[in-house]
Amino acid sequence: MLQLEAINLTLGDPQAPREVLNNINLTVEDGKFYAITGPNGGGKTSLAKVIMGINQPTNGRIIYNGEDITAYSVTERAQRGITYAFQNPPRFKGIRMRDLLLIANPDLTETRLHCLLHNVGLCPEDYLDREVDGSLSGGEMRRLEIATLLARNREGDLLIFDEPEAGVDLWTFQQLVFMIIEQHHLQHNTTLIITHSERFLKLADEILLVANGEIVDRGQVDRIWPQIKDEIACRWRENCGGEFSGAKCY
Amino acid sequence: MALNVIDRKLLEAVADLHGTPAGAYNIRKDGAGIERRSTANIEIRTKTDQPGIDVLVKPGTKNESIHIPVLLTQSGLQDLVYNSFEIGEEADVLIVAGCGIHNNGAADSRHDGIHTFIVRKGARLRYVEKHFGDGGGSGLRLLNPKTVITVEEAGSAELELVQIRGVDDTRRDTEATVHQRGTLKIVERLLTHGAQRAESEITITLLGVDSSTQVIARSVAQDTSFQEFRALVNGRERCRGHVECDSIIMDQAQISAAPRLYAGHADAELTHEAAIGKIAGDQLLKLMSLGLTEQQAVDTILTGFLR
Repeated sequence: MLQLEAINLTLGDPQAPREVLNNINLTVEDGKFYAITGPNGGGKTSLAKVIMGINQPTNGRIIYNGEDITAYSVTERAQRGITYAFQNPPRFKGIRMRDLLLIANPDLTETRLHCLLHNVGLCPEDYLDREVDGSLSGGEMRRLEIATLLARNREGDLLIFDEPEAGVDLWTFQQLVFMIIEQHHLQHNTTLIITHSERFLKLADEILLVANGEIVDRGQVDRIWPQIKDEIACRWRENCGGEFSGAKCY
Repeated sequence: MALNVIDRKLLEAVADLHGTPAGAYNIRKDGAGIERRSTANIEIRTKTDQPGIDVLVKPGTKNESIHIPVLLTQSGLQDLVYNSFEIGEEADVLIVAGCGIHNNGAADSRHDGIHTFIVRKGARLRYVEKHFGDGGGSGLRLLNPKTVITVEEAGSAELELVQIRGVDDTRRDTEATVHQRGTLKIVERLLTHGAQRAESEITITLLGVDSSTQVIARSVAQDTSFQEFRALVNGRERCRGHVECDSIIMDQAQISAAPRLYAGHADAELTHEAAIGKIAGDQLLKLMSLGLTEQQAVDTILTGFLR
């Protein structure tokens, strides 16, 4: 179980600090599938980075499986089974996909390496020995990121995905949804997925609505979905240049 | 002459040798040749006018290798050697060179190796040269290689030039001429640390129609070390050339990188790119999120970058 207690996060210039997360209190139950949604800049990714240890909270406590991990490094959290798939994963000159997957899990067999890439829509023969450098597209990088996370996945781990659907084509997206859901159930994971995808939102056990650095609402999909579907549609129309419907946007 | 533990360690570092190499070889130690073998297709001869060897590869020789490592284990030794290689028409060979200096004394040890290659029509050469220094003495380990290569019509050469660790000062000069439909690829990988200095100057002249070259230089400078990289591609005909130099800078190191292009023909297509930067924070965080410590993440990034 993961518990966030009164988490605040302030970033930026000390002369002009920016409150990114404000008094976040959250209990994440083992084995559940959570979707985190909300407007851009609302604090979703910051929340994920605080859980992973990439950002240290200004105050508050993080408890994971009964242990206070607030001061723990990214490495220490990873070693305890928390894994984070970056929204914009970095590139590495000279490091191949094979290397990255084997760093994630040194016990992977050749067959398993092939399966991992195949399952995220990357042909292993073409990609396994390819460098993780600027020659890869954003979509290819995100697929690799998910493969890396799944390579590391152990039973009961906490997996955090940050908009895995971004930049991924529809066909691959269907595969990714299947993979993530399958892993979640097979490995009894706890999954937190930051998403704007209706498909993920509808699959979630619970939706957390994050805006202005706070969890403004949370609940079962049946209750939350009708409330946000118009807002998602509104955002979609706005982003696509369509008419503003007048519906409340987050 | 039997090789001792230090010799074997150096041979492993510079030439991946764990015993007597297959094929032709010449091992030079402390200024003199100590072991040699020629084969039916590859003749190794001692030069008569200056220190060094001539290596003659018969036309049509395929899939053979030549190992020519140099070991310096006497502190204070100044070794100068001239090696010449002629790769016959349509031959295809691998040459593994390299120099290892073990300096346990107070005097400087230095090796200057001048290598001249002629890659004949249609021949293919792959050349790997590694430099490595160790030993606990206060004397410096100095290496100054010079490579002069001519790639004749439709020939192909790939040079992999690597400095691993422990060389205090190096100046590397590479001069190349590429003729019609010839190709030359140079991959240079360099790590400096402590107060080391490394300079590399590459000049490639694309003299023939449809000749091409690619230069890839990757380096890491740590501590207070200094690196200077200069590369000039001189396109004199319809040709293609590309130079890229990427460096990771750490600590208080300094790096200068200057790729340069000269086109003497309207159909010369020449490009270059250069980048110097430190290890990105998100690279470290990504690897740490996979369970590596920060130091393991740094080592992984550097090892991959210089592979």
